[in-house]
Amino acid sequence: MELTEFIIKTLTILVVFVLTLVIAMYSTWGERKVAGFIQDRMGPNRAGPGGLLQPLADAGKMFFKEDFIPALANKWLFIAGPSLAMLTALLASAVIPFGSTFRYDGVEVVLQGVESNIGILYVFGVVALGVYGIMIGGWASNNKFSLLGAIRAASQNISYEVAMGLSLIAILMMSSSLSLGDIVAQQHGGNWNIFYQPLGFIIFLTCSFAECNRVPFDLPECETELVGGYHTEYGSMKLGFYLFAEYINMFVSSAIISTLYFGGYNYPGMDWVYNQLTASLGTTTGHNIATLIGTGVFFGKALFFVFFYMWVRWTLPRFRYDQLMNLGWKKLIPLAIINIIITGASVLFLKPFITSLLN
Amino acid sequence: MNPTLSFFYFLSFLTVLSALMVIVSKNPIHSVLYLILTFFTLSGHYILLNAQFLAAVNIIVYAGAIMVLFLFVIMFLNIKDNHEEAKTNLTKIAAAIVGGTVFVILFGAYRKTILMPVDPATFDSQVGMIESLGKLLFREYLLPFELASILLLVAMVGAVMIGKREIGERHF
Repeated sequence: MELTEFIIKTLTILVVFVLTLVIAMYSTWGERKVAGFIQDRMGPNRAGPGGLLQPLADAGKMFFKEDFIPALANKWLFIAGPSLAMLTALLASAVIPFGSTFRYDGVEVVLQGVESNIGILYVFGVVALGVYGIMIGGWASNNKFSLLGAIRAASQNISYEVAMGLSLIAILMMSSSLSLGDIVAQQHGGNWNIFYQPLGFIIFLTCSFAECNRVPFDLPECETELVGGYHTEYGSMKLGFYLFAEYINMFVSSAIISTLYFGGYNYPGMDWVYNQLTASLGTTTGHNIATLIGTGVFFGKALFFVFFYMWVRWTLPRFRYDQLMNLGWKKLIPLAIINIIITGASVLFLKPFITSLLN
Repeated sequence: MNPTLSFFYFLSFLTVLSALMVIVSKNPIHSVLYLILTFFTLSGHYILLNAQFLAAVNIIVYAGAIMVLFLFVIMFLNIKDNHEEAKTNLTKIAAAIVGGTVFVILFGAYRKTILMPVDPATFDSQVGMIESLGKLLFREYLLPFELASILLLVAMVGAVMIGKREIGERHF
């Protein structure tokens, strides 16, 4: 029994891993298509139908370029930088619940890598580690521009982590659980957290833009000031890993946003669909198909936020560095603290009042 | 051997090795990176003790925030790889004496410690989980908890006061 469970868990994690990689790969294609659409061009359309093979062509090009390490760079850390960036980007997807359960032969398989009672803290810890890849790579390049990019990335990540953590606390106060599976299950029936936490959602979204180093917060790779930022000296697949890690981060943070605020795999009319399916197809098949629909809805939500990242990238200009710091420390953190106080007061006073009114 | 036990020995070996590498490495950046590895292995020990919350918080606070700041500061220092040893013999002897004394004290304290016997029948394996920890902190240890948070708040206000720009002072 333990061995089967172990094998099932391993398979789930492998599937999650592969899915994350494939989605990140096609996000690069999506980014160019969205950019093309917004700028009234075609976007990639040469490799395969609609340019669908473009990511493969890019990866092939990256692999066959010369793998160059600068003479005065710290060789080990120069390699460790992109590897760490990829590692930390991929780690977070393990605790995201992609769907409810899958029944096969009387065994219920949860569509989640690891169900942990500290799920959200795990995600937060992994996000906190994400900056090491950039910092180490930037320092090891032995280039002033890289170093400046790395320093910017570090200070930006640390500043926005504070506001991000504070906006999460409001969610945790409402759900009184740190497990992502529980948080999603509590949002069943249109009870999405976005309706209770609009301010918290905006703070979280802004902070996740900053944590992913995306426009308008892509100061670490600001090419007008820093040449290429932390990856100035990088080329070949090592550069590819840095760029790829950014897309993985985008997908993972989109998945977390939809888990925390948009009900994960829940959708309106879910119970009705479930009852119809189980009535017509039997409990096992109907249950599985209902789960698959939920997973599809989850990916739809996550991909919408990936699109949102791209949309913002081609719409907003970049912030100046002092504007970034002022926004983080002087606006988002006080707002997040106010949000915590309001949430606490509502949970304590407003919720019992409304419940007594309704009953 | 019991897999938990063998894992414990492996983890302990890794912890001691990376802690030693912190002291032995010449390059301060390498020292910081080994220190981060040490924190990770310590978190592994917490997970083995079924204290997942402590493990996660250890990673977030130490590896995720404090060590980033360490790295941040050290990166600004312009360190040459082959700089001469600027330490005199006197400093070396003094450091050896201080380090040796600390070692002797710790060793003596360790010898004197009496570990509470654990009864496997009544032991609650959920004691390190976040629910029981939160209840304990906010019920029995509420006053120390709040005092510690006031201390942190005071430290934060102090840091802001020191970092604040004086009237008429210009940085650029």
